[in-house]
Amino acid sequence: MAGLPLEGLKVLDFCWVAVGPMTTKYLSEYGATVLRVESAKRPETLRRAGPFAGGESGVNRSGYFANYNANKYGLSIDMSHPQAPELILRIAEWADVVTENFTPGTLERWGLGYDELSRVNPRIVLFSASMLGRGGPMQTQPGFGAVLSSLAGYTNIIGWPDRGPVNPYGAYTDFVCPKFAVSAILAAVDRQRATGRGTHLDMSQLETSLHFGGPMLLDAGVNGREPELVGNRHPSASPHGAYPCVPDGNGEADRWIAIAAFDDAQWEALRDEIASDGITDITSGEFRTFRVRKAHEDKLDGIIANWTISYDRHELMRRLQAVGVPAGVVNDTRDLFEDPQLRHREHFTWLDHPEMGPYATDYTETQLSLTPGRLDRPAPLLGQDTEHALREIVGLSAEEYRELHDAGALV
Amino acid sequence: MIPDSEYGPGLLAPYRVLDLTDGRGLLCGKMLADLGADVVQVEPPGGSPARRIGPFYKDEPGAERSLFWWAYCANKRGVTLDFSKTDGAALFRRLVGQADFLIESADPGHMASLGFGYSDLSELNPRLVMVSITAFGQDGPYADYAASDIVGMALGGFMHLTGDGDRPPLRVSMPQFYQHGSAAGAAGAMIAHTHRQLTGEGQHVDVSCQQAVARTLAHAPQYWDLEQTILRRMGAYRESAGGTFTRINWPCKDGYVNFQPGGGTAGAARSVRSMLAWMAEEGMGSPELEAVNWEELGYGTARAEIMEQTVAAVAPFFMTHTRNELAEGALERRILLFPVATPSDILAHRQLAARDYYDRVEHEDIGETVTYPGHFVKDLQDPSRVGIRQRAPRIGEHNREVLGGELGLNGRDLARLTELGVI
Repeated sequence: MAGLPLEGLKVLDFCWVAVGPMTTKYLSEYGATVLRVESAKRPETLRRAGPFAGGESGVNRSGYFANYNANKYGLSIDMSHPQAPELILRIAEWADVVTENFTPGTLERWGLGYDELSRVNPRIVLFSASMLGRGGPMQTQPGFGAVLSSLAGYTNIIGWPDRGPVNPYGAYTDFVCPKFAVSAILAAVDRQRATGRGTHLDMSQLETSLHFGGPMLLDAGVNGREPELVGNRHPSASPHGAYPCVPDGNGEADRWIAIAAFDDAQWEALRDEIASDGITDITSGEFRTFRVRKAHEDKLDGIIANWTISYDRHELMRRLQAVGVPAGVVNDTRDLFEDPQLRHREHFTWLDHPEMGPYATDYTETQLSLTPGRLDRPAPLLGQDTEHALREIVGLSAEEYRELHDAGALV
Repeated sequence: MIPDSEYGPGLLAPYRVLDLTDGRGLLCGKMLADLGADVVQVEPPGGSPARRIGPFYKDEPGAERSLFWWAYCANKRGVTLDFSKTDGAALFRRLVGQADFLIESADPGHMASLGFGYSDLSELNPRLVMVSITAFGQDGPYADYAASDIVGMALGGFMHLTGDGDRPPLRVSMPQFYQHGSAAGAAGAMIAHTHRQLTGEGQHVDVSCQQAVARTLAHAPQYWDLEQTILRRMGAYRESAGGTFTRINWPCKDGYVNFQPGGGTAGAARSVRSMLAWMAEEGMGSPELEAVNWEELGYGTARAEIMEQTVAAVAPFFMTHTRNELAEGALERRILLFPVATPSDILAHRQLAARDYYDRVEHEDIGETVTYPGHFVKDLQDPSRVGIRQRAPRIGEHNREVLGGELGLNGRDLARLTELGVI
């Protein structure tokens, strides 16, 4: 069996919160050696964010942190210590890639900008991610993906027409960007390996996220279109929505199925299923063609909701899929762990963590036939690998390590 | 090692990508094209079905007018080829022999039924990295399910968490499901490429869009795993833990802004303090909120009564200002606040302008210059290297260049293949 595809790729990782650590988790899952630098003096945001194992908080107990930091080595280095920059330059000599998502200017303030890094290692690939990119009048604007989804145009197009817009769940843009980031980092590594050239990559989370909305921006630019809130409606499908289903056996009532019909065949198959349950309203001329269905869509949605509400959502999904109608249950987070397809793909795996016990972490959505990823080491305890990483991986001598330790730089 | 000056423009200049995807996978090849790869979009004669996806230029449908096509096929070259026909298959084999990557988004089993499954392709070219982008992956109980965007966003767990609590779950009203899988396909392609460059071994990258969406849910799945809590959609609020929540979306004078009050590091507590100071300056201060120990609250969490007090004090303040005033004030005061932007706001945004984000691309066929989202990442050693270089291809635009110039077909061959409906 072949080894891991990124074996031998050496990464010095300053990334924190979600977007950065998720990016470097792709690298660590596929075999890169990722040295994650933190400081016990200022445990990073995610170490203090829930959920916590057993509901009990602690810097080594966050499931949010543990998911994104599997397979990485944890180093504690106090970046405000006078010996820290020299140590980092020493690690940068070892590294192929340095990753960071601080506010622009932070690395430079430490004397660790691209110029300094490439002086000690001209091949270095430095990956910098920030909310709005480096340079420009707003480079220091603080933010999280949770609020950036508004500037990236998502919030404006989610919601019901009779209410205001709502946000996409979570720090949405944080989860759009890592896939672009991994592609760009490995492209730069490819060039580095071929020619020895280093690169400084500068990713603006806003700019990257806007690529998911390219057609919408073109539509505004050439047609002057401003989108409106449409609930779950779709300009070229009818019906198109989420409809209620019966509560589960355990009493969970928030149960829904998504159904869509994009062409005549899908519509006719759906109509026939509904009609076969004795609901003849669905065969009315008001719904015969796409154009007339669009004109009576409220009424249509009402009939469908009255039909779905007496069904178990999984039973209905299987029945509609069997006749070629796009339909899917609305999975909640518990359902994701029980979803037969996600189980088939082994989406979650459980790692045994020394403080948390077993915790779930997710595999990448990409399965490689020859060199599949592997998640086999739980996220590090704060600073657990400092000595091992500096001595055995970076190659510091026992004396050098001792001196830094005694000087208080490794906290 | 080769000298960098001989490498060509862009990080992926030496590589050729065959892109067979339809509307479900176009973004994957677009990302590689943006990074400098030579991406050849292969369409069936008559054009890709993705050309029928709206919106359209001047709202008039037409194969050369799809803005979806324009957005996700820019930087690619285009050929038409029916490789289910004998003559087409022969040409296709030659293209595969020269390619480094092949990307496809057909239903599972379709490529194999044409004799072009991964095992067939790897015989033609053992170095090939083949990327397959499908809703659920190549096999498993849902592999043959019909999946549109809303179905995928439902099964991926996104919708349950998005929308108002008293209404059905919501999707984002532009396609996201296949975009997540397509972007992940590019990441997977590059991981497999890194291995290939070291060993000469190609492989098959099998992408599940459902998994890609399930990975966008932040810590919500972990809340079930570790605390047996199912987080729920709460409209303008976000449930940030069992029993604690924070308001994200707020109306203001001319629209909405996003502002996340709450404690913790990463500037969150400082952001709330700055907001309270700004309110006090304008005579709308709140001594109760100033007395809260924001620094000690966890990330994104505040108890219900603190959140209630916050809303009572902050909401009226926002109503006295426009989105723009709030965004500019937030920048000055380092507050975690962004406006809910419309597409025209985004097109006019001054940070994007300052970073030279947008690319203006000549569409000589219609006599217009069109503005495109530009670099998804900047290469600061050479900023010209990531971004839009050319508009999307017209149907068969590069047949002569690729099939003629590169595969050596002459004018008579091309005419015969056109007659046979192969190109």
